[in-house]
Amino acid sequence: MLDSAVTADRIAEILEAHRGLEGPLLPILHAVQAAFGHVPQSAVPQIAKALSLSKAEVHGVISFYHDFREAPAGRHVLKLCRAEACQAMGADRVAGAVKAALGIDWHETTPDGRVTLEPVFCLGLCACGPAAMVDGRLVGRCDEGIVAEVAK
Amino acid sequence: MKFYVPLDSAAVALGAEEVVAAIIAEASRRGVAVEVVRNGSRGMVWLEPLVEVVTDSGRLGFGPLTVADVPGLFGDLAVHPKALGMVEELPWMKGQTRLTFARVGVIDPLSLAEYEAHGGLAGLRRAQGMDRAAIVAEVTESGLRGRGGAGFPTGIKWKTVSEAPGAHKYIVCNADEGDSATFADRMLMEGDPFCLIEGMAIAGLACGATKGFVYIRSEYPVAIRIMAEAVRLAREAGVLGPQLDMEIRVGAGAYVCGEETSLLNSLEGKRGVVRAKPPLPALQGFMGQPTVVNNVISLASVPVIMAKGAAHYRDFGLGRSRGTIPLQIAGNARFGGLYECAFGLTLGQIVDEIAGGTASGRPVKAVQVGGPLGAYHPRSQFDTPFGYEEFAGKDGLIGHAGLTIFDDTADMLSQARFAMEFCAIESCGKCTPCRIGAVRGVETIDRLARGDSSAIPILTDLCNTMKLGSLCALGGFTPYPVMSALTHFPDDFARSKEAAE
Repeated sequence: MLDSAVTADRIAEILEAHRGLEGPLLPILHAVQAAFGHVPQSAVPQIAKALSLSKAEVHGVISFYHDFREAPAGRHVLKLCRAEACQAMGADRVAGAVKAALGIDWHETTPDGRVTLEPVFCLGLCACGPAAMVDGRLVGRCDEGIVAEVAK
Repeated sequence: MKFYVPLDSAAVALGAEEVVAAIIAEASRRGVAVEVVRNGSRGMVWLEPLVEVVTDSGRLGFGPLTVADVPGLFGDLAVHPKALGMVEELPWMKGQTRLTFARVGVIDPLSLAEYEAHGGLAGLRRAQGMDRAAIVAEVTESGLRGRGGAGFPTGIKWKTVSEAPGAHKYIVCNADEGDSATFADRMLMEGDPFCLIEGMAIAGLACGATKGFVYIRSEYPVAIRIMAEAVRLAREAGVLGPQLDMEIRVGAGAYVCGEETSLLNSLEGKRGVVRAKPPLPALQGFMGQPTVVNNVISLASVPVIMAKGAAHYRDFGLGRSRGTIPLQIAGNARFGGLYECAFGLTLGQIVDEIAGGTASGRPVKAVQVGGPLGAYHPRSQFDTPFGYEEFAGKDGLIGHAGLTIFDDTADMLSQARFAMEFCAIESCGKCTPCRIGAVRGVETIDRLARGDSSAIPILTDLCNTMKLGSLCALGGFTPYPVMSALTHFPDDFARSKEAAE
């Protein structure tokens, strides 16, 4: 568990660093997620107060965007592109094989906390699909062998 | 020795970083001094990582390069197994008219000096000597239309913002390039970021705006890094300053934020929900102030228009589609990548000649033009010239000029279902035809898959409702892929009950 006082201090720093921006909520949420790996529930009232928003408004923004997590991900995050250009190169088959190998579906994490599998709709690698992102690293022309990269 | 190895995402995804490390290791082993410049991509993705070696006669290309090919780069280049010849002389490069992408792949993207040496900043300097109305007139004259997909004349949009009263005005660059098959924005930002910055600076002068934002999708980490660094360098060099300053903002994985009003809400820190129009963003956009929202390629085409004059740009193209368009050839293509040329090539020329057919070697079944909201075109429409009106006339759209090629193993019912599923996942929820219609669309196509052909009129009717009743292009254009699949590939929808069961 995160230490709540430490969390609050770090979030206060992030809020301070974004003071003066026009429309600062998304940059703040990105910074919070970069710091903690997710947006902790306890951050919501603190952010809301600082920006003079309701907690519901902040929660609404967090839940609208696919990027923001309310719980930590696995040690590795494997994103596979599901969009048309990658489909044309067999992305559905690769995704099926990866799901079977990991024993999980989209948005799930393996029981040992090793890998979270997420769909992504386009990484802009449409001429070298199927495309994937492993912990932020781009991979073109991937196949089911990509599970080896998240083995540890 | 001097090498160019692209930093472009596609090159990196295919092993460019490993190649750079191998070049440096091999050079140090041999005691050879090397300089490795990280350029943008030339757009020949099937050759990435495409390494260039600078020689007395020009830049020699080698690709697709693997780590094992690196030692050979230090030997006799003429006999290297991956030698391609002079990059500028390759047919893919020679066939193009590179106006917007003239410098991409050629220069070091973060060298302002190289940018200037290759014609950069000439457009901005000319604009600085003109009044607002004259800049707007020049852009209008060029015939430039929004390259994001809507095709609205850029000059008219600028005129509205320029003449609108407002305490602050904004230039917002839509770099939320979420359409599958499109990567021109990414390539431009990674390969020639100052070109976009210059375009935005000119837009700022034309409209009296003092603040610019580039809203880049989070799926583009390389573009975000390069643009942020370029903005810092441009500010240091005085290209940006009191007249217009810029900020890079990062999206958060919502496709609908590529729609301009959703993007503005997202930029303001809200849910990326579509706004009803009117009011137009040109009059009440970011924070309620007059705002230009333009796609990356629209803005990046402005410097060359200002530098060479409206007529130079307008003289390319056909009909009401003036200038050049960066075609993005994707999916199952033998030669995939970016190819900038004048409007007017036929779909067949693009697919059969430039793309060389499929990567799998099987026959082309369908080409989806314009991203996930674009129609699937069968071979019988391959005579359609590439232009806004020409594709609209075939119940399609050119969108952001992405083309996804499918071979004959594609199942068009599955593709139609995916279009509805995607719309259901990405709908912002504001309007009913999109929010509910997409879910019902998936269910209805599933009925067809089970062999219930009585669902065809329901699907057609539903598409009509979504097309006419949705607030934005997400719900409004999802019927394009669905109806084109149903119309042109009816065999894929005629499932027998027995087979389905």
